[in-house]
Amino acid sequence: MRRAALLLLLLPLAGCDGIQSMTGGDGAQGAEFNSLFTLFMVVTGVVYILVIAFLIAALLRRGGKRTDVRDDPGEGHERGLTTALVVWTAFIALGLTVLTLASYFTDRSMAAAAVPANGEVLNIEITANQWWWDIRYHSPTHTETIRTANELHLPVGIPAHIQLRSTDVIHSFWVPNLAGKQDLIPGRLNDIDLLPRRTGLFRGQCAEFCGAQHAHMALDVTVESRDAFRAWWRQQAEPAKTPTTPLAMAGYNYVMQRECSVCHNISGTGATGQVAPDLTHVASRKSLAAGTLPMGRGQLYAWIADPQGVKPGNNMPYIGLEPQELHAVVAYLETLK
Amino acid sequence: MSSRSRASLALLVLVLAGCDREERNARGAPLPETGPAQQAALAATHSDPRAKQYENVSFQISQGQRLYSWMNCVGCHAHGGGGMGPPLMDEKWRYGGRMEDIVATIQKGRPNGMPAFEHKLTEQQAWQLAAYVRSLSAQPRQDVLSGRADEMSNTEPQTLDERKPVKDAAGSEPKGPVK
Repeated sequence: MRRAALLLLLLPLAGCDGIQSMTGGDGAQGAEFNSLFTLFMVVTGVVYILVIAFLIAALLRRGGKRTDVRDDPGEGHERGLTTALVVWTAFIALGLTVLTLASYFTDRSMAAAAVPANGEVLNIEITANQWWWDIRYHSPTHTETIRTANELHLPVGIPAHIQLRSTDVIHSFWVPNLAGKQDLIPGRLNDIDLLPRRTGLFRGQCAEFCGAQHAHMALDVTVESRDAFRAWWRQQAEPAKTPTTPLAMAGYNYVMQRECSVCHNISGTGATGQVAPDLTHVASRKSLAAGTLPMGRGQLYAWIADPQGVKPGNNMPYIGLEPQELHAVVAYLETLK
Repeated sequence: MSSRSRASLALLVLVLAGCDREERNARGAPLPETGPAQQAALAATHSDPRAKQYENVSFQISQGQRLYSWMNCVGCHAHGGGGMGPPLMDEKWRYGGRMEDIVATIQKGRPNGMPAFEHKLTEQQAWQLAAYVRSLSAQPRQDVLSGRADEMSNTEPQTLDERKPVKDAAGSEPKGPVK
């Protein structure tokens, strides 16, 4: 029984590695904060151990015997106590000073990481919705501005300045590998700076309870080389291709004429809805429905046939497509690479 | 057992009232309900059983409120006060103020500018919208109304609103039974 409990205690350690880890130090801000956390842990740990040690010493000192009030400890004992108290106070003052200075310098260093060395900075706008992430990349030339959903790509070594908004309730943006959390608050503009230090695939997650599907509000984060990022950007900036097969064409017609295009946007087509995830390059993404399902044909079928079965309560309605319509719509969406 | 513990046990029973949860039907009514035969039947009696699933359910009303801004109903009807389109928060209903009438208005459209949303919105969404539209003139039960509007508002919350009697465009109450 006790052994099982101890084993269970080890479970949280699983959070220390992988694509969603606070200790990875994959981002400059995350690494800075980790060192500050370690310092706090050491200093407060030492103080805690000392306090407990003194407490135990105080309990053991008189061997449990009752002391008499008239039992004067004497002059010499009093002096020893004063010295001990002075040393103890100095120790606390020193500890607090170290922690204050470390906090200040970490803060400055995190702010410095957000300032690009050569003026190169990536401006991104993330809007949180129940329960997905709407992502826009702004570029100096507006023709290249791109919009995607639930998938963030970042070039390694270039600071990203992210503006955070929300349309409904308070959410929290958290990519543990890269940096700490930042809330997205309706009616307010918040921001966070990221500076990825190594390439890799990470996972972001909403960190503020935001409703029934809060757990299914994840974000795929890809940190890649500068060239790979540029290639991805160019590909995302392209409008959607016209389908070539008859089945995909039927799906295209359904999407344009029926419910889909009222909420979803597909660049280069008549689908211009703005309240749901942009589908222009939906098939190029890693997952579906904000990290709920991996991207694939079967998952597309499942999601479109019954979104309320996959993610109950989300705002994609059950449409009740006929089988032929479902085949066609999935065939069309698969062409949106 | 002392009278005191008996009393506290009786009080504990009160907690059971919390078990009555609002039902949320995420998928909406199944499609066959709206086949041609059912449509004809509904037109004759004019009392769709689905109205009850949406009318007094606060979740459906709030989903309707979301759709009201998403579908830009605000563009013509403002937040109920009207503009290019007629106001929705008064007691006058040109095409009837029952749930079924409003759903028909949303799905089929009306002359002078109201577009048809059939096959643009699902039927469930049309019912949700109708439930919200009725809440603008405080038709549903008071306890399901929203105490706070999503938009900036200088009017009183719906919960403080008087329930408006349903009248036709001329301002007279229609004959026959009205909900």
